[in-house]
Amino acid sequence: MGEIVLNRITKSFGDVSVIPPLDLTIADGEFVVFVGPSGCGKSTLLRLIAGLEDSSSGAIRIDGKDATALPPAQRGLAMVFQSYALYPHMTVRNNIAFPLKMARMDKAAIDRKVEAAAKVLNLTSYLDRRPGQLSGGQRQRVAIGRAIVREPTAFLFDEPLSNLDAALRVNMRLEISELHASLGTTMIYVTHDQVEAMTMADKIVVLNAGRIEQVGSPIELYNRPCNRFVAGFIGSPRMNIIEGAETGGQAHAIGIRPEHLALSTDSGHWAGTVSVSEHLGSDTFVYVQVDGVGTLVARAGGEFPVRHGDRVWLTPQPDRLHRFDAEGKAL
Amino acid sequence: MARAATNRRKLVLTLLAWTVGIAMFFPILWTALTSFKTEAEAIASPPSFLAFHWTLENYAEVQARSDYFLHFMNSVVISLGSTLAGLLVAVPAAWSMAFVPGRRTRDVLMWMLSTKMLPPVGVLIPIYLLFRDSGLLDSRIGLIIVLTLINLPIIVWMLFTYFREIPGEILEAARMDGAGLREEILFVLLPMAVPGIASTLLLNVILAWNEAFWTLNLSASQSAPLTAFIASYSSPEGLFYAKLSAASTMAVAPILILGWFSQKQLVRGLTFGAVK
Ligand SMILES: Nc1ncnc2c1ncn2[C@@H]1O[C@H](COP(=O)(O)OP(=O)(O)OP(=O)(O)O)[C@@H](O)[C@H]1O
Ligand SMILES: [Mg+2]
Repeated sequence: MGEIVLNRITKSFGDVSVIPPLDLTIADGEFVVFVGPSGCGKSTLLRLIAGLEDSSSGAIRIDGKDATALPPAQRGLAMVFQSYALYPHMTVRNNIAFPLKMARMDKAAIDRKVEAAAKVLNLTSYLDRRPGQLSGGQRQRVAIGRAIVREPTAFLFDEPLSNLDAALRVNMRLEISELHASLGTTMIYVTHDQVEAMTMADKIVVLNAGRIEQVGSPIELYNRPCNRFVAGFIGSPRMNIIEGAETGGQAHAIGIRPEHLALSTDSGHWAGTVSVSEHLGSDTFVYVQVDGVGTLVARAGGEFPVRHGDRVWLTPQPDRLHRFDAEGKAL
Repeated sequence: MARAATNRRKLVLTLLAWTVGIAMFFPILWTALTSFKTEAEAIASPPSFLAFHWTLENYAEVQARSDYFLHFMNSVVISLGSTLAGLLVAVPAAWSMAFVPGRRTRDVLMWMLSTKMLPPVGVLIPIYLLFRDSGLLDSRIGLIIVLTLINLPIIVWMLFTYFREIPGEILEAARMDGAGLREEILFVLLPMAVPGIASTLLLNVILAWNEAFWTLNLSASQSAPLTAFIASYSSPEGLFYAKLSAASTMAVAPILILGWFSQKQLVRGLTFGAVK
């Protein structure tokens, strides 16, 4: 089955250490999302698992077997790249059939599987086209088709949707989630899209400079971030962080998410002036300049009729306050 | 105003291109014309351009005196053989340089090119002795080996430039799909590089066909290609310009025709990457 275990894995390019010793266990059938700022090593970690990069030290176990020294072809994993990486000289049919041909499957079985995958992914009428004659979304579906036909131990996705427009992203996100639900295969998914991470993941791994900051379910990470980095990274808009006198002396800094700050036009805990208000219809995000504290963002459900320069009051929900020590650790 | 200037520029450039083109082609045209003259007309002064007695006797004579077909076949075998052997070595070499470059890859490429700057006579004696002692003198195999080595730097360089244009992720996708190194190169890399490989192949066939130094020095009668066939008419009992011209025309014609039919491919291949 598709359990993947990383044991003290490291990676350096020349003298530059990109991944310091890292341990991670991904359970069979889990949908794991790697998130983190650009350059933190998400792709590198994924490529280490794929075997496209050699680890500098440590061990990788896939499906109970030591895979540290195995070439990518023998790890039984499938990967979907951001650039799709389709074979431009082959038809869609041959692109999807390629991994099966490599596995020396017989012709009739290949045809059957390709047809089945094409049907699932709505590609049946494009089977004889070349990748160059497809739209971005169709190309990404071909890449996914190529990954699913070989029934891999696990799927690896490296920002597969970032070249698609917003509407298509939402569709493909749902399709991948459905695919995971129906196949039940382990999936590792790299993204820097908040919403993708929160909605798709069983488990989110937050990376920072190659280190794991926190691992947990989306809701755990949202409710109990273990430090300021994770607190700032999960949730949108970011959590407000307040330092200094307002913390009440029990913590170095306190944090409160915009959705846990009640907005009022007549009374409350903090008084301030509206600098920007964003009216989305479903929500209103209000950026408030609070006297002696700084800018805080608050979310009001629905329409909240304030404008630049208006006086408002903010009140934090006490049970939703996060407290951090001087090192940024959650208390 | 500006249009007039660009038009004048165009005119000058066109004239220049035609002048250079004609200057380069004229010797070949002259050789072809001379091959249809009698020996006397060939050395007549002033020479006549077209108003001479056209004859095919030189061709008949050349055909009777030497075995054109043998030399032609030698040229074919040697140029194709050395090109294919070169590709066999150069494809994996260029693959590793383009897709898994090391710290010294640049240096290796420059070093390979630098071997082309060495005057070949510098290594003639050692190679001649090696060939003599290993029985490779005057053999097609020997010439194939030498020409492969001579042109290898060019093949590797050309393939390297084409391969570099191919996104590495596509090869990585092949690896993920279960392709071994052999399948990755055969089924993914080579088909994507077909235009580049075709022009590399063409250019090297032409270079090998025209190579004279090594083919003249290392062959005698059995393996001698068309270069030696031409040379045999430039000596020893005085010059016979008309026959020499006929031999040259026969030797050059096949490659000229090949070049003519593949010029689109050649130009496309040689400017690949430069224009995109
Ligand atoms: N082949 C390489 N040689 C040297 N350094 C590299 C190489 N590949 C990646 N790096 C470095 O490793 C670090 C991590 O890169 P990686 O591509 O894993 O980041 P990432 O988290 O995927 O970023 P992004 O979100 O921008 O894709 C970066 O600092 C990068 O410069
Ligand atoms: Mg990346």
